[in-house]
Amino acid sequence: MAEVEKKPAKIVLREIVAKLYDDAWEAKKRGEPVGWSSSKFPAEIAETLGLKVCYPENQAAAISAKHGGQRMCEYAESMGYANDICGYARISLAYAAGAECEEKPMPQPDFLLCCNNICNCMTKWYENIARMHNIPLIMIDIPYNNETTVSDDRVKYVRGQFEDAIKQLEKISGRKWDEERFKEVCKNANRTSKAWLKACSYCGYTPSPLSGFDLFNHMADVVTARCKKETAIAFEQLADEYEQSVKDGTSTWHYDENHRIMFEGIPCWPELRTLFTPLKSKGINTTAVVYAPAFGFVYDGIDDMARAYYKAPNSVCIETGVDWREGICRDNNVDGVLVHYNRSCKPWSGYMPEMERRFRKDLGVAVVNFDGDQADPRNFSEAQYMTRVDGLYEIMEENKKKKGGNK
Amino acid sequence: MKLIKEKVTMKPIYTLGIDVGSTASKCVILKDGKEIVSKSLIPVGAGTSGPKRAISEVLENCQLKKEDMSYILATGYGRNSIDFVDQQMSELSCHARGAAFLFENVHTVIDIGGQDAKVLRLGNDGNLVNFVMNDKCAAGTGRFLDVMARVLEVEIGQLAELGAKAKNHVEISSTCTVFAESEVISQLAMNTDRCDIIDGIHRSVAARVASLARRVGVEQSVVMTGGVAQNAGVLHALEKELNTKIETSPFAQYTGALGAALFAYQKCK
Repeated sequence: MAEVEKKPAKIVLREIVAKLYDDAWEAKKRGEPVGWSSSKFPAEIAETLGLKVCYPENQAAAISAKHGGQRMCEYAESMGYANDICGYARISLAYAAGAECEEKPMPQPDFLLCCNNICNCMTKWYENIARMHNIPLIMIDIPYNNETTVSDDRVKYVRGQFEDAIKQLEKISGRKWDEERFKEVCKNANRTSKAWLKACSYCGYTPSPLSGFDLFNHMADVVTARCKKETAIAFEQLADEYEQSVKDGTSTWHYDENHRIMFEGIPCWPELRTLFTPLKSKGINTTAVVYAPAFGFVYDGIDDMARAYYKAPNSVCIETGVDWREGICRDNNVDGVLVHYNRSCKPWSGYMPEMERRFRKDLGVAVVNFDGDQADPRNFSEAQYMTRVDGLYEIMEENKKKKGGNK
Repeated sequence: MKLIKEKVTMKPIYTLGIDVGSTASKCVILKDGKEIVSKSLIPVGAGTSGPKRAISEVLENCQLKKEDMSYILATGYGRNSIDFVDQQMSELSCHARGAAFLFENVHTVIDIGGQDAKVLRLGNDGNLVNFVMNDKCAAGTGRFLDVMARVLEVEIGQLAELGAKAKNHVEISSTCTVFAESEVISQLAMNTDRCDIIDGIHRSVAARVASLARRVGVEQSVVMTGGVAQNAGVLHALEKELNTKIETSPFAQYTGALGAALFAYQKCK
């Protein structure tokens, strides 16, 4: 009998996310409650209780990438939401209000899981949906941490909220908390994180066996399915594939690698091709993305888990944020940084001018920014982006000449 | 054996720089990377007949043909719209290179064009090391001044002269071009002197561009390029805002095309 060919990891990873949404639809049909969760709410809790959960941020990114973002944003604006609030929030609010959306349908929520470690707009966004559907909102508040470590007081504050969330979700699910199952789920989540970080680490090779844009696609798994064993296995397979690529001298980046950059921020999903085209034509590979350290967290026990959830891109202080980024820039040998000033994400864009100064000073690399939006194409100008990428390339070329050619 | 010394005449190297901006097309022909032998400017830019006309004119001025050009380099917003060029480069590097050719020891270039404003930082060798540009908004650009001139019923070229006659301080506080236009209309409705309004407009543009300049850091000497550099009102307002002397040249609007011609010459060497 012929051996069944093993599916590439990227297909397996895509199927995992698709199954997650299929499972949510099935649960809805069975009459089970289905939740909507922010991307960095402790997924371990719902997973332990066997609750099916969907992710509005992931949905909004998918809708945007399929060019439905503007239509959904305009729907939300016609409901009265301002056009300068987050594009993901507008898309999600429109969907929750019943806007038709073939790009990425998902079941409407019966409960909400909101953690504001990833963004502050999230709180009002979820409160609005809770009111719209008259459903429970389980909130975990993680204040901005102005220190580089997470103090015991902060851990206590978050742990208390974890315990309360468990009680509320026990009621919603009708199931009792199982400590052994929780340990198993945490083990899976840690295994996924380790494998994700390992896969990301292959960007450190020169030439890189992958493009950072691949990591944007795989983000969906680390956000939505990190507590599942199959996700960990798929990321391990992905890392193995990159390992093999290094040995074979192959790459998912099929172009020259004249330069290596960090792409800072969430991509403009509706304009992925536009973002990518000038980079590939000039041989600029993205070998560092901030998502890697932001979602690759490993912990031991519930207190450590509270510490881990304290560390999201917009809840850590600027020193920690700079350390993360400069670490991956050094590890992945970048000679430039392309910063997306994301109109949807004020906190993230707000601290970038200072970070840009630090990158130039500490790393001595070219740093260039452009205006755009993660979901709303009206906030992006292709001509402006092209000029900035040309400028970045020209500075990196000049720097390379001064250093005497390739690294 | 008697050696006969032959006089070797080197053929000159001509390079053409084309700057296709959003509101004007500019061309410069350089001889041997040193001498400007021809220039042209057509006041319409990308997507119009401007680039073609500017190229014809610049060649006609010096009685040369396109085939005489050793290298042709295009820059500006419409740089990708001309198919016969040898290379395209961003206007960022070209303005930096052009300014470094025109001025000594230049470290900061402020370029206000038709639809964008940019501040460039140059290294000691005259190369671009950093830059900052306006965001997705036309405030602080040449287009902003065009809109205001239209409302005030004056020619764009008259703004500097009229603004210099201002006696009273008028604040135009909106950054949005549309709202600033409404402010100007309100001032006109209140019979505010046109010269005072123009001075306020110049300060508004200067404040916006100065904030960009501060982000990238202002280092002497500072040079202003681009079409708006011809407006002494904006230039003086910027000097005041940044508390620094700003140099410019009658050649300001050609700086990008000149930089393109210089890069083109570099390619021939």
